[in-house]
Amino acid sequence: MKARQEWRQLAAGLMVGALGFSGTTSAEELRLITWGGYAPDDVVAQFEEETGIDVKVTLSNNEDMISKLRATGGAGFDLAQPSQDRIVGVQRQFNIYKPIDFSRVNTDQLQPSMVKATRDSTELEGEYYGVPSVWGTSGLIVHDSVADQVTDYTDLCDPSVAGQVSYRLKRPTLIGFGFAMGLDPFAAYNDRDEYESILAKVEDQLIDCKSNVKTYWTGGDQLLALLRTGEVTAAMAWDAGGWKLNAENPDIRFVAPESGALGWIDTFAIPRRSENEAAAYQWINFVMQPEIAAKITNASGNFTASKGADEYVRAELRGAYRASFDQQAIDNIKWYPPVPPGLETVEGQVLDRVQAAN
Amino acid sequence: MKSPATRLSLILLLTPFLLWIVLLVILPHLQMLRVSFQVRESWDTLSWGLEQYANFFSESYYWRTFVRTGVMSLFTTFLTLLIAFPIAWYIARLASGRARGLLFLACLIPFWASELVRTYGWMILLRESGLFSAWLQALGWSDGPVEMLYNDAAVIIGLVYNGLLFMVVPLVTTLDGMEENLVEAGYDLGGGHLTVLREVVVPWAMPGIVSGCIVVFMLTLGSYLTPTLMGGKDSAWFTQQIFTQFITRFNWEQGAALGALLLGLSSLIVWAGLKLTGQSLRKVMG
Repeated sequence: MKARQEWRQLAAGLMVGALGFSGTTSAEELRLITWGGYAPDDVVAQFEEETGIDVKVTLSNNEDMISKLRATGGAGFDLAQPSQDRIVGVQRQFNIYKPIDFSRVNTDQLQPSMVKATRDSTELEGEYYGVPSVWGTSGLIVHDSVADQVTDYTDLCDPSVAGQVSYRLKRPTLIGFGFAMGLDPFAAYNDRDEYESILAKVEDQLIDCKSNVKTYWTGGDQLLALLRTGEVTAAMAWDAGGWKLNAENPDIRFVAPESGALGWIDTFAIPRRSENEAAAYQWINFVMQPEIAAKITNASGNFTASKGADEYVRAELRGAYRASFDQQAIDNIKWYPPVPPGLETVEGQVLDRVQAAN
Repeated sequence: MKSPATRLSLILLLTPFLLWIVLLVILPHLQMLRVSFQVRESWDTLSWGLEQYANFFSESYYWRTFVRTGVMSLFTTFLTLLIAFPIAWYIARLASGRARGLLFLACLIPFWASELVRTYGWMILLRESGLFSAWLQALGWSDGPVEMLYNDAAVIIGLVYNGLLFMVVPLVTTLDGMEENLVEAGYDLGGGHLTVLREVVVPWAMPGIVSGCIVVFMLTLGSYLTPTLMGGKDSAWFTQQIFTQFITRFNWEQGAALGALLLGLSSLIVWAGLKLTGQSLRKVMG
């Protein structure tokens, strides 16, 4: 009898516990997965005030975004911001995005050339998957003391900067070094054998260069700390990081390498199982207004695809941008073409071998 | 004779445990195992095969990294034991009352912060523009900044620090139960310090030593943050490779195979360790 009472209590306890889990939320919300600085607090607050939609921001990067969406088949987020070159291949393999309905996007406030470039590179079977949002480049961040020696990626391997160099072990490094060595990785994207032979040369170079490297950086803050303390004097990195450091210490500058900076465009893409598409389009149209887009530029350091936003951007940021890019450097930017499926596996093996080499 | 009610209460009591072990441990592992046998032929077709496992043995960097991780983990475990034993001995046998509680707390406090914070703490001390480097220069022992971060020694320091508590606790527990008479008897029978340590103390503490070693070894082998942040360019650690396969390469198949291999091989090492020391898992964990 006593035992029976006990298990009744237990069962009741379990049911209370189960009920606790089933609580639901009712307010409309937009779950955004994006990069650091692309959804500044004041912009989010203004959007919430104007629309009454709660914005939940998850900070991420390309690979993490794709992995998260792949794991759920495109659920869990209502809007994502992958780079334009990482959409088609991923979409074909994992089917995690839904096409963009351009009639719901206010393209008048976007720069037409960038809209066209993004549409072209995110086209799959007649549908378009990306709206341009933020763009930038990777190149070199150098300290004035070594600025004369280091003018291209391969100069990071020069003995004069031994032990003061940092770059990432990721695909942009492979591609940057490829261009600096006089090769053209982008032209070989669809020719697997040609691409592998380019990567083999880059691999040798990176293994030779390893003794020069202080550490392979893995996060933006880590790299900025290394450059700020002077432990690293030359690095391959994003322009925005260089401009940020330049504002703190004029001796550190972002320069476009001789072989050309690598240009990327981050997009807006809608996950296939987005639960609030309307809010996603509202967000796109909201943040691409010139004044709002300028706030994003001020927060992240990167310029946006919004037309006319430049005049609202902080003057010193505009100055730093002009100092890094003259017209010739802009014309020389190498824009990432879409990555064909399977390329990352080959690149991955090269990167693993470099990491493991002594 | 058990009444149905008792049996039911037993089932209900076991339910949370069973749910946990089945849903969160067994099912995901089986799923991983299944994925690890899938071979991606092209971007949309899959077949079954052992290719990922073959990769581990044919691409030398995979197994070299594994061996490196294993050897460094064993070394870390051994070093942790050497450092933790005197500490545990002091807490269990010499300290008493308040001092004992305080000492135990001192071991515990670093673990109130996360692993990330602890690792960054060490990075602040060891980096070229860090505290130790500045002290060395101030004392005149070094002419320029000294880089102590980004090498294997730094990784091991970080790992030992992270594992220390998990070695101290089981050691204190076993040493606590040892009778003072046993040690005295050892000396009475003419044994020196070393002999008493070897013949009396270590055999008594063996279950604690082995269980501490297993926990520290598994933690070290599976750690990700410390080797990544403190190891720098040569810090290849096996968990990093699994992470890269899953997250940066989208190669779940290879990642799953490496994960399965890590589980298998680390279990094998633990089993070999138990056999070598003549312990059984039941005795050590019980």
